[in-house]
Amino acid sequence: MVEITQTQLTELTEPMWRIRLRLLSRSFIENWRLFKEYPIGIIGLGIIVIFGLMALAHPILMKYVWEPRVYDPVIGYDISILAHPSPPSSTHLLGTDPLGRDVLSQLLYGTRFGFSLGISAALVSVIVSTTIGALSAYYGGLVDVIFMRLADVVIMLPFIAILIVLSALIEFNGFSLALVYGLLVGFGGQTIVIKSQALSIKVKPYIEAARAAGGSDWHIIFTHLIPNLMPLSFLYMMFTVTGAVFAEAALSFFGLLNIRMSWGIMINTAQAAGYLLAGPEYLHLMLPAGLAITLLCSSFYMVGRALDEVVNPRLRQR
Amino acid sequence: MDENGALVNVIGLEKRFAVSAGVFSRVKGYIHAVDDISFDIPLGRSLGLVGESGCGKTTTGKLLARLMDPTAGHIYLNDELMGRIDLAEIRGQELKIFRRRVQIIFQDPYESLNPRRTIYDTVEEPLRVQGTGILVEREARVVQLLELVGLTPAASFLFRFPHELSGGQRQRVAIARALVVNPAFVVADEPTSMLDVSIRIGVMQLMSELAERLNVSYLYITHDLAVARYMCHEIAVMYLGKIVEQGETEEMIKNPLHPYTQALFSAVPIPNPRRDRVAIGIKGGVSAPIDPPQRCRFYDRCLVGDQFCHDNDHPPLEDKGAGHRAACYKV
Repeated sequence: MVEITQTQLTELTEPMWRIRLRLLSRSFIENWRLFKEYPIGIIGLGIIVIFGLMALAHPILMKYVWEPRVYDPVIGYDISILAHPSPPSSTHLLGTDPLGRDVLSQLLYGTRFGFSLGISAALVSVIVSTTIGALSAYYGGLVDVIFMRLADVVIMLPFIAILIVLSALIEFNGFSLALVYGLLVGFGGQTIVIKSQALSIKVKPYIEAARAAGGSDWHIIFTHLIPNLMPLSFLYMMFTVTGAVFAEAALSFFGLLNIRMSWGIMINTAQAAGYLLAGPEYLHLMLPAGLAITLLCSSFYMVGRALDEVVNPRLRQR
Repeated sequence: MDENGALVNVIGLEKRFAVSAGVFSRVKGYIHAVDDISFDIPLGRSLGLVGESGCGKTTTGKLLARLMDPTAGHIYLNDELMGRIDLAEIRGQELKIFRRRVQIIFQDPYESLNPRRTIYDTVEEPLRVQGTGILVEREARVVQLLELVGLTPAASFLFRFPHELSGGQRQRVAIARALVVNPAFVVADEPTSMLDVSIRIGVMQLMSELAERLNVSYLYITHDLAVARYMCHEIAVMYLGKIVEQGETEEMIKNPLHPYTQALFSAVPIPNPRRDRVAIGIKGGVSAPIDPPQRCRFYDRCLVGDQFCHDNDHPPLEDKGAGHRAACYKV
C-alpha cells in the first residue's frame, strides 16, 4: 500500500463543515447567477420581498404607530368618522370598511396569514409528494399501484368543491387548511410528476453502485434518490403556494374559514354589506385585497417559472 | 471442476427474464439472458468476457456482483475473509460483508457518479455504508485511493463535482470507489468503451497495474478484442447466453476453434495493409434469445453446421486440448 505523506494530511485539516458550507454557498451563487438571467423571476422575487416587508410591518405599526382601539384589523373602530365605509384619507390610507375597521391594517395583517398558509401548505405537499414519489418509484409493485391509483382519484376531485364539503365536517383554521390542502396536492398530481422523475433516477448506474457498495434501501433513497429530486420538488413547492393562497381566498369569501382576518374575509365583508359592485367610490374595499391575492399568487408562480428554467437545463435558452 | 485455488467458481449459472404480453400481462416466454454457463476465475488472474451486444455479458457481470439474483445455478466465492460462499444464497449481514469483497465498475462514467455528490462523498460512500474506520481514517483512505488512481494532487479533486471532471478522470474516480474497500474481485463492465481512444490506454494501464499491486482479479466485460487481449489472462466468448469458447488469451487468438470465435477474431482490423487474411463468414443476424430451440445456439448463423448440429442439443463446453475449451460438435 502507498504511504500517505504528511503534506496530504495537512491539506485536509480544514474542518469538514467549513468545506461543505463553502460548496453550498458556491452552488448557491452559481444558481443565483442563472436565476438572475430571468427577469420574470426577479420581478416575482421582488414582489415576494415587498409582501414579506408588509407582513413584518404590521406588528411594528400596531405597537408603535397605530392606536390599537382604532386600527385593530378585527375589532378596531374609528369613532371620529361618522359614516363607514369611508374613502381613503390621511388617517386611513386605504379608507375603512363597512364595520369601521382600517383597510390597510387588515391588508397587512392578512399578508402574514396568506404567507404562512401558502408556505406551510407547500411544505406539507412537498414532504408528502417527494416521500411517496420516491418510495413508489423505488419499490414499485403494490406500493406503487396503491399510491398512483390514489393520486388518480385525488386529481379528479375539484379542490375548492371538496374543501367546501370538508369544511362542513372539519372546522378549518389556517393550520388545518394548510394541512388539508398540502395533503390534497401532495397525494395528487405532484406525486405523479415526482415519481416519474424518480423512475428515471432509479435506473442510473450510481444507484447500482451504491447498492454494490452495500447501501441499504433507505441509504439509497435518502442519499441518492431524494437529493436528486429536490430541485423538482422545490419548483412544485412554488406552484403549491399559489394554489393554497387562492384556495384560502375562495373559502374565506364563502365564509367557511374560522380565522380572524384574511384577504378573502376582506372581500367577503365588502360583499356581505353590498358594496362589492357598488361603484368606483367603494373600490378601496375590495381592490387592495383582490390585488394582493393576485400579486402574491403570480409572484410565486413567476419565481417557479424562473426556477424551472434553472433546474431544467433543457429549457435554458442558450 | 476444481474447487481449490480458484477465486470464483461459477456452476450452471442461469438468468431468465419473463416476457409478458397481452391485457393481463401473461408470461409469453423467457429471455434466456444467461443460459447454463460455468467457468472459474483463478486467484489473481483476469477473465475477459467477450461477445456482441445482447449476448448476456453484462447480465453475467451483474449476477457476479449480486446486483441481480440468478434463476438457477451457483456462484462460489472462495474468499480469505469469508470462506467459501454461494452468492446466490447469502442474505443480510453476510451480503453486506460480501459487498466489501466484490465491486463493480460501470461502463458510463457520466452516469455512474451521482451529480450532486462530491468526489469525496462518492469514493467514501462504500467505507461509510460499511462502517469502516472513523472519519479521519476514511478521509486518509480516500486521499490514498485518489492518489493511487492518478488523480493528483488528491486534495484538489476531493471537493469537486463530477461535472467538473473529464470522462477519463470520472472513470478513475469510479475505479477508486470500487477499490476503496479492498475487494478481491472486481467486475469491470466495459470500463473503457465510453472513453476517448487517447485516454483509454491510460485507464487500462492503471487497471492492470492496480490489479497486480492490490491483488485483484477482474471479470473484464468487453466487446473489444484488443482490450481483452491487453487486460486478460483468459478470454471467454459468449453467444446468446452461452459460453462458446474459453481459453488462454494468446492461445485463443492464435488458434480460435469455434466458428463464431473465428469470425469474431477475423473481423478485428490488422494495422498492416500488406498482410493478407481470410475473412471468415457468418450468415444471418442474431437470433432471438426468447425460448431458443433445443439445438446449437449458433446453428442459424453457422456455415459448418449440419443435420447433426440441428438435431442435437447445444454442444457441451469440452476441453479440446491444453485447457482450451469449445462448445462445438465440429471441432
